[in-house]
Amino acid sequence: MTHGTLQPPFFIALATMASWAFFFLFGHMRDLVRKRLPKAARKGYAPIRQDYEDFYTRRMFYRIHDCWNRPICSAPDAWVDVMERTPVDGQKPLKLTGATRRCLNLGSYNYLGFAAADEYCTPRVLATMRELGWSMCSSRIDAGTTPVHLELESLVAEFVGKQAALTFGMGFATNSIVIPAIVGRGCLILSDALNHASIVAGARGSGAKVKVFAHNDADHLEAVLRASIAEGQLRTRRPWRKVLVVVEGIYSMEGEIVDLAAIVAVAKKYKAYLYLDEAHSIGALGTGGRGVCEACGVDPADIDVMMGTFTKSFGSCGGYIAADRGVIDYLRRVAPGHHYATSMAPPAAQQIVSALRLIRGEDGSDRGARKIAALHANSNWFRRRLVEIGCNVLGDWNSPVMPVMLFQPGKIAAASRLCWERGVALVVVGFPATPLMTARARVCISAAHTREDLEHALQVLDEVSELALLKYHPRKALHLNGAEHLVKG
Amino acid sequence: MGEVVELARARWAAACAGTRDVISGGAALAPGRRGAVLLQAAEDVYEIFKPGGRLHPTYFLEHEGHLVVEAVFLAVIAYLTLHPRAPHRSRKQEMPLSEQEIDDLCEEWQPEPLHKPLPNSQALPEPPVISSAAGAWVVANGRRVLNMVSLNFLGVAGDPVVMEECAATVVKYGVGSCGPRGFYGTIDVHLELEARLAEFMGTEESIIYAYDLATIPSVLPAFANAKDLIVCDEGVSYPIQNGCHLSRAKVRYFKHNDVADLERVLLEVAAQDRRVRKPLNRRFIVVEGIYAQYGDLAPLAAIHALKCKYRYRLVVDESLALGVLGAHGRGACEHSGLAPGQVEIVAASMGNALASVGGFCAGEREIVDHQRLSGLGYCYSASLPPLLATAALGTLRTLQGAQAPKLLAALQRNARLLRDLLANIPGVSVWGGDADEASPIVHLQLAAAEGDAQAAEAVLQAAVDAALADSGVLLVVNRLSPLDRVRVKPSIRLAVTAAHSEADVRTAAAAVADALARVVPATPCPVSKQPS
Ligand SMILES: Cc1ncc(COP(=O)(O)O)c(C=O)c1O
Repeated sequence: MTHGTLQPPFFIALATMASWAFFFLFGHMRDLVRKRLPKAARKGYAPIRQDYEDFYTRRMFYRIHDCWNRPICSAPDAWVDVMERTPVDGQKPLKLTGATRRCLNLGSYNYLGFAAADEYCTPRVLATMRELGWSMCSSRIDAGTTPVHLELESLVAEFVGKQAALTFGMGFATNSIVIPAIVGRGCLILSDALNHASIVAGARGSGAKVKVFAHNDADHLEAVLRASIAEGQLRTRRPWRKVLVVVEGIYSMEGEIVDLAAIVAVAKKYKAYLYLDEAHSIGALGTGGRGVCEACGVDPADIDVMMGTFTKSFGSCGGYIAADRGVIDYLRRVAPGHHYATSMAPPAAQQIVSALRLIRGEDGSDRGARKIAALHANSNWFRRRLVEIGCNVLGDWNSPVMPVMLFQPGKIAAASRLCWERGVALVVVGFPATPLMTARARVCISAAHTREDLEHALQVLDEVSELALLKYHPRKALHLNGAEHLVKG
Repeated sequence: MGEVVELARARWAAACAGTRDVISGGAALAPGRRGAVLLQAAEDVYEIFKPGGRLHPTYFLEHEGHLVVEAVFLAVIAYLTLHPRAPHRSRKQEMPLSEQEIDDLCEEWQPEPLHKPLPNSQALPEPPVISSAAGAWVVANGRRVLNMVSLNFLGVAGDPVVMEECAATVVKYGVGSCGPRGFYGTIDVHLELEARLAEFMGTEESIIYAYDLATIPSVLPAFANAKDLIVCDEGVSYPIQNGCHLSRAKVRYFKHNDVADLERVLLEVAAQDRRVRKPLNRRFIVVEGIYAQYGDLAPLAAIHALKCKYRYRLVVDESLALGVLGAHGRGACEHSGLAPGQVEIVAASMGNALASVGGFCAGEREIVDHQRLSGLGYCYSASLPPLLATAALGTLRTLQGAQAPKLLAALQRNARLLRDLLANIPGVSVWGGDADEASPIVHLQLAAAEGDAQAAEAVLQAAVDAALADSGVLLVVNRLSPLDRVRVKPSIRLAVTAAHSEADVRTAAAAVADALARVVPATPCPVSKQPS
């Protein structure tokens, strides 16, 4: 169930448009002056950055660029040491002042709390590193396959409930490499409107026709699918070679969980293949951390290609593809990431192996199960409290990702800076990562947060919301009573 | 005003008279009388059209004339809508499918399987399982063997000092960074590595990516779009092809390492530009320092001269040349005598000589800064695990330290020796010429003329297997992804490092010769074998 909305109230919408209009107006006026200034252009070369591509960066981003790229000098755990920088000064890079500030971390994707050294994982990671080093300096098909890689792949396949799995050194590249390997010209990709940039890059790289369906809307998916199959390919009208539906488990900028059962039903009915990106949901959803299939009660056999990343719940790097053995064998032969990329660092692979074993209770304790339970409890508690203080919060129960809507561009900097002054590391996102009108802050909850941490965070957010006028839904709290017992898993 | 009108009237009358004169040959009327008649006619016409006249546009429209105009418009609109041959309307009326028909079409449609079935002959051999650090000698499938595969050119993978630093990093920072650079995923070691890399490359700034295969495919689309032009060597490896494709720029290829062909392409583009005038677009020449699929060097000095002449920006992928070529190990650009600022964009993998994982791009601040907001693989992916940044820092320290000249010299010596030894093996040829002897990557192809690539691959694989089983030397057949547009003859690829001793290199070459001698005649591949 979703309580927030992406729609700003009427006057906020007007104010948002007015702020953007104001920015554009003054930006262009300043550009008029800038155009007259003599430029050190190289003769015969077009400028490397075109004015229109660069406009947003020069005229908007640089005014508030202290809100992003804040460097840290500790593990991205529940609390993090953030390095202070000099204030914004035109378009100059920000300099480190040397001071650091200990902040409560609401930004990192540390869902299960594996970001920092761990009593079970770290010794194993170090042992692997002493044995295999940190890089094999070779691709997987040459001399980059170690026993740890093989162990990782069989564990992942078992964990998500598929016959086989293949891993790559980066989640983004897993999508951008594998999608072109399974669909190409004459195929159709049906992509959720809010899919991640890596899926967009993969779809674009594949040469297949890409159509977008309304976010998380199985009915619209069905309508587009029916029409597309009936019409066939553009111009030639030949039937499509195959159709791939691509969805995510948890949408990272919305915190919403995919309506998996409905989408599986549609994909099955129309013989489309289903590609599920579990970057944020693997480890985080389901009582066993097995992701959105477990949470929604869907059989993994109904998902043709399961993708996920190790950067979030497992505190490592890389991504996986899990599918039937035939598909994985095919990808081993075809996927360029398997042929050409340096294989995943063995210590990073070991971190995932250890985290997976811990989650499955193979360390002989219930620490893994407790982590998952804590993540769900923390997330639901925090979400509920955020709604109660009147914020417009997107997303579903159990999802550790909670976007808090800001709408107006001016509030991006306000929310970020006010939190920073109070020692809370908050992520804010605006155009171009979101549409112009729907800037938001994003809270990521971790199993590593204690209840005191969350209470402190809430107190700060309450204060900041008051100051920055973020309480768009002051009375929503009333509708929430008793909703929590609906939560599964 | 009145005078002007009078004057014009008189002129017109005179002109008309003159015309009549010419037409009638001046025979019909006496000149004076003729003039008067014409003048009268002209005045009558002017009367109607003059300001205030019945047919002057203003008067006409103000006195119900607008009805005439509107009627004409209406008639045109009616004609266009009712016209029986208006094509799109009639088609649409025939076309709409009933729900039942759509159901049937969906029912009938059969997709292809998710993956193409693989013929057994195309399956890859199981890769060796390595259970030691990637040194000159490794444990492969449980046995200690000589490693001629890993691209650990400086031999620093597993270095004990760096090991301790990496271990300390893991204890302090954990393994993953748990976020993209923008969202608290920038760690102090990343900043230090970027600063050191820039210093080493002699550029203003540098930017690191978490994966080598995401580096160039993020860099090129950040700077080129559909209006721009990329001129590529046809032998560039997959990441560059992918980057070109993702950028949607127009891509032209020139023959591998053929400077004359490059100039031909540049001239063609210039000729086209003269024909069709367009606003100046961004143009790039993209090459590799050492080509992965050939093991040869790009003639960078000549390419640089052309780039300057035709005003292109030069992008060099130094993945295999960084830490290998040049007096400081800065790569093929340095090797060819190019100073740091002369090549606009340099990108490289950190997975080879730097013995880490990931990639980076170095250039002026403008180039690097733009990627921090537009490099897709930078903005939308978690940053490099800090321990790998520490590892790359360790290698850079070696490259800038007192050991460096010795390491680079040993690597060069080994590369030359390996190339020489392999060139003398009968039945096979070494790709590359005299200019390439500094390259530590050697591709060995069957000398037989064009044959069945699959059969040749099988022969080479048999040789590789034999070398491992009989001589304990780990080699590899160069495999291309079917998505790669490059098509090269199958080859055995050998990589030599600074950590190999002279004896190692000789052992490897002897093992290759041995294995080939045993495998080649046993197969139908027509190779003339000489006793060795
Ligand atoms: C849905 C989705 N897919 C893929 C990725 C990329 O993962 P990685 O950070 O491991 O490259 C992300 C990360 O932000 C994501 O949200």
